[in-house]
Amino acid sequence: MYKYNDFDEAFVRERVAQFRAQVERRIDGSLTEDEFKPLRLMNGLYLQLHAYMLRVAIPYGTLSSRQMRQLAMIAERWDKGYGHFTTRQNIQYNWPKLNDVPDILEALADVEMHAIQTSGNTIRNVTADHFAGAAADEIADPRPVAELLRQWSTDHPEFQFLPRKFKIAVTGAPNDRAVTKAHDIGLRIVEKDGEQGFEVIVGGGLGRTPMIGKVIRDFLPKEDLLPYCEAIVSVYNLLGRRDNKYKARIKITVHEHGLDEIRRLVEERFALIRPTFSGVDQDILAGIEAQFAPPAFAEKSLAVGTDLGAGYRSWLDTNIAAHKRDDHAIVSISLKKHGATPGDATAAQMRVMADLAERYGYDELRISHEQNVILPHVHRADLPAIYSALRDADLATANIGLVSDIIACPGMDYCALATARSIPVAQEIATRFEELKLEHEIGPLKIKISGCINACGHHHVGHIGILGLDRAGVENYQITLGGDGTENAAIAERVGPGFAYDEITPAIERLVRAYLEHREGPEETFLQAYRRLGQAPFKAALYPESKERRDAA
Amino acid sequence: MSRSFTPKVVTANALLEGDAVWLTADDRWTRRLEEAELIEDEAHAQLRLLHAESQPDVVVGAYLADAKPGPNGPEPTHFRETFRTRGPSNYPHGKQTDETHV
Ligand code: HEM
Ligand code: SF4
Repeated sequence: MYKYNDFDEAFVRERVAQFRAQVERRIDGSLTEDEFKPLRLMNGLYLQLHAYMLRVAIPYGTLSSRQMRQLAMIAERWDKGYGHFTTRQNIQYNWPKLNDVPDILEALADVEMHAIQTSGNTIRNVTADHFAGAAADEIADPRPVAELLRQWSTDHPEFQFLPRKFKIAVTGAPNDRAVTKAHDIGLRIVEKDGEQGFEVIVGGGLGRTPMIGKVIRDFLPKEDLLPYCEAIVSVYNLLGRRDNKYKARIKITVHEHGLDEIRRLVEERFALIRPTFSGVDQDILAGIEAQFAPPAFAEKSLAVGTDLGAGYRSWLDTNIAAHKRDDHAIVSISLKKHGATPGDATAAQMRVMADLAERYGYDELRISHEQNVILPHVHRADLPAIYSALRDADLATANIGLVSDIIACPGMDYCALATARSIPVAQEIATRFEELKLEHEIGPLKIKISGCINACGHHHVGHIGILGLDRAGVENYQITLGGDGTENAAIAERVGPGFAYDEITPAIERLVRAYLEHREGPEETFLQAYRRLGQAPFKAALYPESKERRDAA
Repeated sequence: MSRSFTPKVVTANALLEGDAVWLTADDRWTRRLEEAELIEDEAHAQLRLLHAESQPDVVVGAYLADAKPGPNGPEPTHFRETFRTRGPSNYPHGKQTDETHV
């Protein structure tokens, strides 16, 4: 795992000291809110509906057990005993008090963590495949590159005031689990003639104008990565619109100027700056790569006949993914217990997960953009013990990738920008499908919910997307269908008029029942069925009255 | 008097705790909307907002929110403001629990 060097350490400590002084000056009145706001946002501190919120970066979603325990400590000491893991591989604390925040940042620095550039018009926390370094389908671990990008982008003098926020995601596997096509820059490690390089995708994004990223370079040699990214960001920095916040993301720049023109400008800029990269970055990368060396995998014999019953088998079916070593597995720990808040973990649960990582998982944990926690490397012989410990901590819900594994943004329960709630909608849908005992029969189905058009809950790439809106002072929920966040990324399409708060769960149930009725068999997933059948049968299920009216007419 | 001015309350977030607060007629910041001053006059509302904005060391982000008269004092008219008087719906946190401690 990456360890801070002296520079990282000094930089983070200095930022904490600076922020401590800024908070003091805010409280004693020498800084106004207008002066203070950009400073607090630079340190991840937002003001929400009921309290401040601190957003802490978890670079490329990787945590050690020591860091996880510190997150638990912070939750207990300065918050309400829990934390919220988000789609951006961050953790958010919903209840910090302003004058405690410097101490929280200090406690984070103690375990090499921070909240820098989790906000503002900068390059944000670089995200990566949560199975990085472990997945069977992986070409290369994307995290060294993500770390290189983190170092390059953190406090980069040219890129502190971009037209708008800038998000980069990296994957090293052909199956895209990092939603790279919905990022400002998406990087996919690919192979050509035995050489590893990058497919570079640009201009993806969600929000009010969702766009799928476009390939700007299909094969970029590995050593050209930083100059090429720098070329993209600096072209955007000059060209991106600063007159209108809603048109300021690079997706709009690419859309307005066309991919070919952007490519021409980027290549031009790249040619200019490439010679200034002397190769130091590659030396740094080599150093980083060494720190991401795989663990010394244990050799153990597999106990035969360990069976903890149907619950265990169902958990094995859904929560285990293929590891690059046959005798190991990747365990996804669901933070989506039916009826619970998606992505929330209590301090006690964080400690259980930290203990398991330490005892069975080579001290590694990951946070997924789907708001779950991953033990990336565990020996198969240890699965029964892990399952039992998780079950005791209420963490063994067997629903990864199923209808109740819902992404939901904080919505109007916390977020000041929200137009409707999203968490209780997720809770109710999950509870309903648990009652029906149908979700294993339904199979893979991704529901994603956002509480406003900003789309933090990824609803545009949900197989079923739900967008909460305010219609004349009442919560109203729009349903979109057919979204996909993988390598076959697609933006979901709106089906029709929205539903009231108390109509949304029954509407989703009708939709899913229509799928069960129309699918060719259990092998055909919801998304495949939607692609084959189009909207018609789903629309009919969602709006039965209008069908009756048509039939009567 | 304006033709159809919707009554307002002045609200903001407390600087230190960050929670919702409302301005009372006697210039206090209260954590209970019912105690707030219900303002029926547009010009007066602007003055009260200015007064709130002149206290940056106490509150953040003051604004005028729609409200209506109720038996115990002002009541919210929009669900966002209703949530601000209570707290989140997924946990008994925020004002909804504070009340039981009073
Ligand atoms: C205080 C709470 C939050 C605020 C103020 C906020 C603000 C925003 C805004 C304004 C956008 C739209 C950006 C654009 O279209 O240019 C956005 C997008 C997004 N946010 Fe948030 N957000 C919040 C919480 C979250 C949380 C909790 C997550 C993770 C679960 C998240 C992840 C995202 C993602 C994935 C997008 C869409 C991707 C994109 O940038 O195009 N945000 N957010
Ligand atoms: S989608 Fe909207 S409501 Fe949800 S967290 Fe983002 S800004 Fe807030």
